[in-house]
This record gives sequence, C-alpha cells and structure tokens, in this order.
Amino acid sequence: MSKSDIKKLGRKFRKVVLDTSERLGMDTALIDKDAVREILEYLRDEEKMQYNMLRHLTCVDYLHRDPRFEVVYVLYSMSNKTQVVIKAAVPEDDPTIDSVHDLFGCANWAEREVWDMYGVDFKGHPDLRRILMYEEFDGHPLRKDYDKQASQPRVELRKTERDAIEEFKTFHKQQPEQGSRS
Amino acid sequence: MTAEIEHDDINDLHTEPMLLNMGPSHPAMHGTVRMVLTLDGETVIKVDPEIGYLHRGFEKECEHATWTQVFPYTDRLNYVSPLLNNFGFALAAEKLLEIEATPRCNTIRTIMGEVSRLSDHLTCVGAGSLELGGFSAFLYAIEGRELIWDLTEEVTGARMTVTYARIGGLKDDITPDFADSWRVKRERLLEIIDDVDKLLTKNRIFLDRMQGTGIISQEDAISYGYSGPCMRSTGIDYDLRKDHPYFAYGDIDFDVPVGTTGDNFDRYLIRMEEMRQSIRIIDQCVAKMPDGPVNCDDPRVVLPEKERVYNSIEGMINHFKIIFEGIQVPAGEIYSYTEAGNGELGYYVVSNGTGNPWKVSVRSPSFYHMSAIHKMIEGAMIADIIPTFDTINMIGGEIDR
Repeated sequence: MSKSDIKKLGRKFRKVVLDTSERLGMDTALIDKDAVREILEYLRDEEKMQYNMLRHLTCVDYLHRDPRFEVVYVLYSMSNKTQVVIKAAVPEDDPTIDSVHDLFGCANWAEREVWDMYGVDFKGHPDLRRILMYEEFDGHPLRKDYDKQASQPRVELRKTERDAIEEFKTFHKQQPEQGSRS
Repeated sequence: MTAEIEHDDINDLHTEPMLLNMGPSHPAMHGTVRMVLTLDGETVIKVDPEIGYLHRGFEKECEHATWTQVFPYTDRLNYVSPLLNNFGFALAAEKLLEIEATPRCNTIRTIMGEVSRLSDHLTCVGAGSLELGGFSAFLYAIEGRELIWDLTEEVTGARMTVTYARIGGLKDDITPDFADSWRVKRERLLEIIDDVDKLLTKNRIFLDRMQGTGIISQEDAISYGYSGPCMRSTGIDYDLRKDHPYFAYGDIDFDVPVGTTGDNFDRYLIRMEEMRQSIRIIDQCVAKMPDGPVNCDDPRVVLPEKERVYNSIEGMINHFKIIFEGIQVPAGEIYSYTEAGNGELGYYVVSNGTGNPWKVSVRSPSFYHMSAIHKMIEGAMIADIIPTFDTINMIGGEIDR
C-alpha cells in the first residue's frame, strides 16, 4: 500500500520529489523544501492516502554535506496503517522552510524544538520561541559545530517578566473567540 | 430606562485577566513544568506551558557515545518505565543492523516491557489519586510498584536505571525462578489493582474531579500526534502492539481497551484495564517461554563469552573492538517505534557507518501530549489542571530529554 503511495507521490510531483527510496522498509521521499506544504497537504487530504498524523518532526545536521540540514517529517495514515517519511533538504546559508503548524497541530512544538536545537527558521510559525533552552541561550546546541563542552555567557537578571497579560490583550483583540495561539 | 442603566453598569465593571505562575516548584507540576496561566476568576483563559527544566542534552550526549553507551541514557528518559525505553532503542539499532533478536530474547523483552508498563500505570494511577486527595489508593499502588521493582531488581540488578537491553540481545537471561517469583507477585498485584479499583472507580469525589474534565476530541488527538492511553481514550484503537506487532506480541492474545469520551476518567479506566491485560500478556509469555540463547549469534554486535576473551586472541580482539570502537552500524537511517507506557516511543536514528550514532532523536509521547494541553485546560477551572496533567502522565525526563 505504502510502496505505491510513495511512487504515486513521485509521479504526481515529478519536479519537486528529488528522490525516493524504500530502504529498510522505510518509504522515504526527498523533496524540494519549497514544496513541503503542498506535499504534506496532498498526503494528508488525498482520499486514498490520508496521512493524517505527523508522528515525528526532526532535523538532521550533516555537517560537511551540501545542503547541510535535512528536516524530516514522519507521517502516518491512521486508516491504512502505513507510514511515509518526507525529507526536505535545507541549505546552511538559507536555513528556512515553511511551517506546517496549521496542517498538523503537533508541528507547533516540534518546529519550535527544531528551531531551538538547529536554528532552522520556520516561516509562518506563529510563536517561534525556544522550547527546551532558555531565551538567552547563545547558539543552537544540536548543530554539529556546537562543541559539547561549550560555555554560555552569563545571563543578566531580567528586567521584566514576559508580560502574558499584555500579550493576551493584544491577542484577544485580534481573535476574541479563540483562547490560545493554535 | 433603568434596565439600560443597570446594563451599562455591568459593562463598566472593570475586570481584567490575572496572571498566575504555576510551577516549576509546585507539587502538581512535578517540579519540571511551569505553566503561565491567564485567569478569569477561576477559569483558565489561556495557558502557556514552559518545558525544558529537566533538559540534560540526551541527543547531544548520544552523539558522543558508542551505540551501547546510549542505553544508560535511555533509562533516564521515562524513568518510571526504563525497560521499555531500552528495548525501543535496541529495536531501532537492530533494524539498522538488519539483525533479529532470538525468540527467547523477544519473549523476555515482552515480559519485562509489560512489567515496566505495569509500574508506569500504577505510578500514574496512584499519583493521580494522591493529587486528588486519595492517599490510601496511592499507598496500594506504590506497594504494587515496589513488588514490580523488586521483580525488576531480581532480573536486571537495578530498580530504575536498569540498562538491561543490549543490541542483539540482553544483558543477561532472566532468573531461573522467575516464573515462581512472578506467580506470587501476580496474585498480590491483581489484589492491589482490585483494591485501587474499589477505592477509586466508584468514588464520588474521584468521579466528580475526573469525569468530563480534560476532554480531547478525536480530531485534535490525531492532529496533535496523540498515542497510547490518551489516544485510545478518544475511541481510536491505535496500539502499535496490535497494529505493527514487534517482539512476541504477534503470537499473544490480548485486548486493547478503548474509551468513548476522551476525558480524564476514560484515561484512568484504560490504564486500569491495561494493567490487567499486561498481567495476561506476561502469563502467556511465561507459559510458553522458548528455550535457546538470549543473544543472537553475530560476532559484530554481541560480546564473546568471557572464557573466550581470556583464553584466545580472537576473543580478546573481538571484545576489545566492540568495547573501544563500538558496534559498527551500517550507514542509514530508521524511524523505529514501540508502544511505551505513555504511547508511541519513536527513535529516529541516523548512522554514518561508525561506532557512534550520528543522530538519535526521540519522539517522546509526553512531548506531543503536552503540546496540546491547552486544548484540554483552556475554558476549564484551575482545579481541573491537576487531574488532566496527571492522566496525560507527563514525565519530565521524557519530555525534556
């Protein structure tokens, strides 16, 4: 089932699907990073596929390879019980990719983590803050050129706490019906 | 006219939302999560969970360790069910190496995995009851957990940080008297589960706090990548042990409990039923334990017998190579998943063909559960945060890595 899905994807998006592989039983497609939203939306909504669950979103840093980063989306179809892996190559000099937070809810936090750890910027993300590290952290710790023993600058005392009420008020004016950001 | 004035008066009443910091040093937040709540009276309008207080750089450490040295780190992910994390990583590495564990090893992994699941669920149910004021159910549950940890200690030599799995096998075979030991403990465990059941399931106070709170819809559960008891409470029978059997689950008969409403009480009931199912699984595995070796016959990954190491040069070199250079895993990448206590525990592992993993990324169920906590909490009362936070069973070690 899944095997044909990945082939079908390759045929339909011939220009942007750069490579497909089925090694170790994992159906993988390497795609152009600009087409990530289009392809994930197609996989999610296509009637015969319904890859409606984003199992995992992560990034791999291949230090001396060009393009350097690879953002990995592991998708799962609840109805067919199959999995595909979509990989989008992201170059070092322009580490940006479109956000998919509105297609899959869990992408919100997962993208924040990738930004935190690898510094890949997700365009259109509503709230791209650090998630595991603290705000003042310098650099992106899971990059291969970030030394494991690297020290961090001393953090000054914060003058003000982040004012969630102010933030809420401005947010509330824009979308009075909705509580949180997503 | 008067009505209009009164109406205006009400509109003029100046109210504004209140900011409340919950945690990280708050007993219900387990010391690992801070929630910035915006409150309207006692109703939560907005929640901003802040995680990362327990971040220990799991992934960075793994990249600097050999494949075998990763196991102690995985113990510390979900520290309530460390065995399941161990086996999950072993499975991922074995998939990359394209080797299969022996039938005996698979059966032991199934048994010990379910033992670990029991401890996870008992802790979750017991602590949940404690946080709602039910101290006696907590004591029963912790007694059960002690029994399980004694059993774990007999087999692995440690209570929590077990490091029991190895690539291609296990640290050791289970103890010869495991079946007897289990037979005694299972009787007491069933009694304990019944006692907890009697104390909680029809308890009016417990029901009031649990029923109808922390509801998540099916659409949200899928969209936010829910799994495990949280996903099944919404009525979707998503269980990796059934859908994609691994270890010995394919030959074992067990049921997957499914909820209807997706609220806290459903998640509690599912955990209670899963404990009974776990006992059923272990019973079947103990009854048909296959003979044979625990480690697979592959000198690339399995350490040679000590007798060969000390008495032959080949054995010595083999041992030295595996310890110092690490197991040489062929280049490639794999997303491997198992059903852990909280849900789908995935490892996205990349190897570049050397003794150290290039990347080990963990898909921890708690991380994905926490990312949708605003869907459950917003609009509810502050008091509902506590049972909700407990039944999603947030484990700091897993979420922050």
